Amino acid sequence: MGENLRGGAQLQNDTLRKSLRTLKVKLVLLGSSGVGKSSLALRFSKDEFRRTSPTVGCAYLTRVVHLRNVTLRLEIWDTAGQEKYHSVTPLYYRGAQAALLVYDISKRETFIRAQVWLKELEKQYIPGSTVIWLVGNKGDLATHRQVSVEEGQSLANDRGLFFTEASALSGDQINELLLAIAHRVYECIGVQQEGLSEWKETPLVDLRNRDKSSRLASCC
Amino acid sequence: MERDNHQEGEAEGVRICDPPSESNPPADTLATSLSLLGNHMFPDPVERNDGTAVNKDESADSLPSDVTAEEESLDTEPHLNQVTKLDTEEEEETENSDCQDNVSTQLSDTGTEDAAIDNDQGDSGEFVVTMLAKAKLEEQGIGVKGRSSPLLEAGTPESPAFMSHRDEDVTADSWRQHRKHVFVLSEAGKPIYSRYGSEEALSSTMGVMMALVSFVQSGDNIIRSVYSEKHTVVFLQKGPLVLVCVSSSRQSERQLRGELLYVYYQIISMLTQASISRIFEHKKNYDLRRLLAGSEKILDGLLNLVDSDPSFLLEAVHCLPLASSLRDSLSQILQKAITPNLVFSILIARNQLLTIVQEKTVIEDTRLEPADVHLLLNLIGASSAFQAGEIWTPICLPLFNPDCYFYAYISYLDPPECTVCLLLLSTDKEAFYAVADCKRKIEEAMVAQNSLSLIAKVQSYSVSQVGVSDLRHFMYKPFDVPDNYRQLTQFTSPEMEAPYGSEEEKMRLLDLYRYMHSRIHSTSRPLKLIYHVAERETLLAWVTSKFELYTCFSPLVTKACAITAITKLLRWIKKEEDRLFIRYPPKYSTTPNPSKSSRGGKSDQQDSTDNGFLSLL
Ligand SMILES: Nc1nc2c(ncn2[C@@H]2O[C@H](COP(=O)(O)OP(=O)(O)O)[C@@H](O)[C@H]2O)c(=O)[nH]1
Ligand SMILES: [Mg+2]
Repeated sequence: MGENLRGGAQLQNDTLRKSLRTLKVKLVLLGSSGVGKSSLALRFSKDEFRRTSPTVGCAYLTRVVHLRNVTLRLEIWDTAGQEKYHSVTPLYYRGAQAALLVYDISKRETFIRAQVWLKELEKQYIPGSTVIWLVGNKGDLATHRQVSVEEGQSLANDRGLFFTEASALSGDQINELLLAIAHRVYECIGVQQEGLSEWKETPLVDLRNRDKSSRLASCC
Repeated sequence: MERDNHQEGEAEGVRICDPPSESNPPADTLATSLSLLGNHMFPDPVERNDGTAVNKDESADSLPSDVTAEEESLDTEPHLNQVTKLDTEEEEETENSDCQDNVSTQLSDTGTEDAAIDNDQGDSGEFVVTMLAKAKLEEQGIGVKGRSSPLLEAGTPESPAFMSHRDEDVTADSWRQHRKHVFVLSEAGKPIYSRYGSEEALSSTMGVMMALVSFVQSGDNIIRSVYSEKHTVVFLQKGPLVLVCVSSSRQSERQLRGELLYVYYQIISMLTQASISRIFEHKKNYDLRRLLAGSEKILDGLLNLVDSDPSFLLEAVHCLPLASSLRDSLSQILQKAITPNLVFSILIARNQLLTIVQEKTVIEDTRLEPADVHLLLNLIGASSAFQAGEIWTPICLPLFNPDCYFYAYISYLDPPECTVCLLLLSTDKEAFYAVADCKRKIEEAMVAQNSLSLIAKVQSYSVSQVGVSDLRHFMYKPFDVPDNYRQLTQFTSPEMEAPYGSEEEKMRLLDLYRYMHSRIHSTSRPLKLIYHVAERETLLAWVTSKFELYTCFSPLVTKACAITAITKLLRWIKKEEDRLFIRYPPKYSTTPNPSKSSRGGKSDQQDSTDNGFLSLL
């Protein structure tokens, strides 16, 4: 991860908990286009819902989550269209501590797609290094539901994933999901040696002296 | 105008089809045969025929843009003479707004004849093309009326359409009545993009176009354009892509082709030329929509901008007028926030340039082309995706280098309003965090200097500030002069105010400008100066070696008044130059030799073949 990284605006208000450690968590969103990845990312980061254009490139958003004895700074990566290129997804989710596998409960094919994604993910990841969360989005569209809660839950159970149905539109389950992810990431990975790296608000010094060896978690 | 890349592109097209016939494009041949469809055309040779009236008067050049008041008053005389001369030599156009119709009607008959004489090759071939087109259309049952193609027979457009119409019923009259259709298809005839209606619904129409194109290609010829009474159809082939425009806008073929080229470039900016070629080499009938999915809005936005923003016509960038002290301070902020491999730092407000800082060696190598800036501005303006978070995306600047990517960091500085946007371009795909740091630095400096609230107060200017009563609007584009050599080509123009406040009236004025522009830049008979009396206004267009100027006056202005007004206008522009233009685009130095790596160095060429970036689009 980049070393000389500084916080998003929301971090500046975060003076109350100065004494606590802040750990960085890379969270990536995966899933077919149109399932609501960008909408979820916006909910996570700003608790807003907006109808926006399809994602261009990758979007980087942040959100700080306070747990009892640690503060997590979630660095959320949301991309466009990468579903077409499974071969390159490792670039994007390399180094991620949390992966959200999103499908749209009103579109069965996105649920099927999610399982293809999962296969890819499983090839890439060492078990225990990433928290994988299956998210059935657009929970507000229950009347058009094509994937039952049970199906989602049983896929998650079979593959050892966490599962939540949520709605970026209504905001339902969003905060619960975010907190749950934070807890799991901290429990499963944070406790391991070097599992999460500490985030420091680095002063802006000598940008020209970039540490070439530092592995950048850029999605690109 | 002579150096512009669009012309180069065009020239290329000419070369491909028929090298010796620059003055006699193959289109003539084809158009002749297509007149079997009941269409007319008015090719260039006709204009040449009445060439006795061609005015080659160069005296206009004698008035430099930076003359002092005294010099100007001297120069006004010869200039006036010239206008008078133009009058007597048929340039007086006391016409109503449908003057173009008159012109085309007058010319079309002779034109057809002329072309038939000039082109003796492949008559039968073209006849077959025509038959083929008809046959296809009939077969597919698209309302064929008599002998014409449904596209050419579309009704008169009512008003320009500004919305995306992806779900439109392509069999409805309203679909045909759009002012300007644009289609993109692959050489194999696969639909890639349609401005209105889904490409799928239009695949048969595209099939017809493709049949035309491929048939004529096989005869070592290329369709360039087809004219009917109401429509102009322009074809442009670029690599494996075929672009088609069906327009009732009365623009010249050359203007329409330029617009198609912008569409092509915008596609290139997302995928690169190299990867498009590679994809189609591997798979001739590849469905490029797979890669462009989600980007239709960007092409829609481009076409709307092309119709409504004269930047594209003038091939120049419009910057927001700004006190030079503020612009300088913004530039300095950008200059100080650098990281290795950063090559351009661009600050945009309300989709206009505030300032642009460039890497020194990159810009020694080449200039930043206005078209590349237009594509960037359109990308940002057309998509709301940039309003959430910080964006990192590969982007190609086709005129800078069509085969490799830059990596763009895009972030608004004033959320949630999202009017001031920062765009940082790097050659390093891994530089996200370093570039994002530059943004924080810029943000901090701008807070310290209160820049955002100063920018918020900035407004475009009103023509009334010029203080010339009959002047309603103008567009002024200075050419390269020694002290801005290699700089971004810019133009300045006031807000369009009453009577051009409504969308319809704006478009009408722009159409008049487009008409003047096509006359000034006519390949067969370029003009230096046109005085055009239209029904509701009087226009004067003037091109010299120093500038290109389009002015719009109230209808009853006399020529003498117009000339005096222009003299005053030029003086005013000279006085306001520092505010109206980015005078000395600032530079920084971030890297030993970024120009090499970003312009076709081996390693970066490979970038374009890396699916990783494609995947992001
Ligand atoms: N009804 C409903 N629509 C949603 C929800 N989340 C996203 N959308 C809509 O689904 C479409 C695609 O959303 P987007 O976030 O762009 O999906 P992405 O392609 O996965 O990033 C947009 O029209 C959103 O407004 C949701 O929870 N409920
Ligand atoms: Mg998205």
